[in-house]
Amino acid sequence: MTNQKKWVASLSQLLIPLVALGLLLLFNLFRDPGFFSIQVAVNNSGNRVLTGNLISIIDSASELAIIAMGMTLVTAACGGQDISVGAVGAISGAVLVKVLQAFGGITLGTILVALVVACLATICFKLFNGTLVAVFKIQPMIATLILYSCGRSIAYWINGDATPQLSSPVVSAIGMTIPGIPIPTPIFLVLLVGLLLALVFRFTNISLYTQSVGINQGAARLNGINPVVIKLLSFVLLGVCVSVASLIGVCRLGQLNHKTLLVDIEMDAILAVAIGGNNLGGGKFKLSGSILGAYIIQMLTTTLYAMKVSPVNVKAYKAIVIIVIVVAGSPVVKEKLTQLWKRLRGGTAGARKEVG
Amino acid sequence: MTDKLNATRRREPLTDAQLLMTISIGIFVAMYALAMIFMGGGFLKVQQIFDLLNDNAALIIVSCSLTIVMIGGGINISVGGVIGFTVMACAIFLNNNAEGSGFLSITLTVLLALGIGLGFGLLEGFLVSYLEIQPFIVTLAGMFLARGLTTILSVNPVKVAHEGFQELVKAKIKIPWLGYTAQNGNLIPAKLEIGAVVALCVVLLIYLMLRYVRFGRNIYALGGNRQSALMLGINVKRTCFWSYVLSGLLSGLAGFVFLMHKPAGNASVAMRSEMDAIAASIIGGTLLTGGVGNVVGTLFGVMILATIQKIIALSPLNASWWQEMASGAMLGFFIILQSVVLSHRGKGKK
Repeated sequence: MTNQKKWVASLSQLLIPLVALGLLLLFNLFRDPGFFSIQVAVNNSGNRVLTGNLISIIDSASELAIIAMGMTLVTAACGGQDISVGAVGAISGAVLVKVLQAFGGITLGTILVALVVACLATICFKLFNGTLVAVFKIQPMIATLILYSCGRSIAYWINGDATPQLSSPVVSAIGMTIPGIPIPTPIFLVLLVGLLLALVFRFTNISLYTQSVGINQGAARLNGINPVVIKLLSFVLLGVCVSVASLIGVCRLGQLNHKTLLVDIEMDAILAVAIGGNNLGGGKFKLSGSILGAYIIQMLTTTLYAMKVSPVNVKAYKAIVIIVIVVAGSPVVKEKLTQLWKRLRGGTAGARKEVG
Repeated sequence: MTDKLNATRRREPLTDAQLLMTISIGIFVAMYALAMIFMGGGFLKVQQIFDLLNDNAALIIVSCSLTIVMIGGGINISVGGVIGFTVMACAIFLNNNAEGSGFLSITLTVLLALGIGLGFGLLEGFLVSYLEIQPFIVTLAGMFLARGLTTILSVNPVKVAHEGFQELVKAKIKIPWLGYTAQNGNLIPAKLEIGAVVALCVVLLIYLMLRYVRFGRNIYALGGNRQSALMLGINVKRTCFWSYVLSGLLSGLAGFVFLMHKPAGNASVAMRSEMDAIAASIIGGTLLTGGVGNVVGTLFGVMILATIQKIIALSPLNASWWQEMASGAMLGFFIILQSVVLSHRGKGKK
């Protein structure tokens, strides 16, 4: 019984996003069953790949899903959001390309080295944010507003005027598909990041510590957890996520554009965290909720595109669906629904008594 | 007894704000004086300050609206979107009613602008205060909605062709004794646009409201400590609701003022201006945690940002990325300064 209760409690957070996802799928099923078709096609470089709306949803939500995972950690530990992820992603991409250009050739080895360097650079910027938040006790949104407003300028400054092109089979293998494997590579990278984070949480106490810092910082400190270290750690992990997402973004297009790389992703990532049922004020979190949120956002966008809504107008419809989802998940509405449910059940129980 | 209690309660949140505001005013004066000494030229004329006000009238109004919400402990990032939507809707409305009598159609346009702002304010206020959804998410959705509606109205830029409105755009208040004598000996009076006057009036009114009206005091109480505000018998939800409505209304007004400065609607109007407004409020001494803030400080926050841009535009480093990096560095400096000052004062009290 208690086991069942625990299971129900953990599911209740995911209930709203799961229902939202289910309704979107149902809507698409009734609108056009062809939405779900998956075909095998041959792409430009002659590989056999899977194509179809579902594959493209899962593929193009990769960056968002990865960043949403990191954002969840920062949200949980600091009780605020990082709005500089898009701009810092552009910096990471700029460093990545700069290192690749310094090497000359592009091989798997040089890309890995470049990724590590970009990761280190990103972590430096994130530590700057993290220090402002953890040591100077500044609201995360304000602390990250600095890099939000000047991050893309720094990316521009690193790489100069140009939008450098990267053309190499390795790049397209990371951004699109590896020859011989029909599933787009970014999906594997999401799995990899998710798996790594899951392993970290499984074998360390970071998850517990993060939640306790988010719920009550003072109490966590009295229990021997250093809130500063935990907050900095959440920013470092977010930095790693941002670097990987920016690698995918650069490789997907085969070029670096500091103005459009990961643009506006911070807002979508925060939305994903909220849709996933996580409290934006910090504390308890569920990574799976945020990942689900990311796929819901992408599915919504793709559905609207499939309905021939022009890309510039998508935002308005997206806003309406988001409002509906958050209203359904709001504490007041939840409470009202629970009361209604109890009254209904109470009513039937009372009726049974009368009969008995 | 109660009066005394109220007095101490009231003075406490204001002193921090006053300190931060004094710092920002001091920095503005110092920066402007340095610009006068080293750049000379335009900075020596009164017109330069008026130009800063003319160019940033909409930003001043919208920053005030953000200050109100931030004092109440919330955030509103939909203001830029609402400005964009208002500008587009008003531009299209004016073009469709080009033949009508000038005064009537302009009055209707003002009402339309305020109505749009009011609509967004009511929706967001209801969702935030009565359904208790996080303000960031609600206003983010509001921003998406406003930007989407703007492009649904028109993807292409819309220029206002209405004659009466054109006159309103050109109308300027001339103050001869603040002017300067040009090289050919003509006296050029200092010019202030109507939008700037409106913005200054808004700052004054909001300042008085926050200081002397019960609703304004309630906002401070709400942002300072929601629980104790509730215990004091303040209707917390209603205060929160009306603060968002007021914020929406001011965004609509800012949209109209923007249109008076640049009479054309465009999908990218006031892009990212919500972040500028937040930055201006913070530089002016408003804390995002709520309960502390002052619109006069916000006015100087806008002026500081505008002066930085002006200085860089006149310097050899005139490039948008230099501008962004300089304003970013300035913002960082202010944020750290605030944090250090506040923590120092906190230690002093104990």
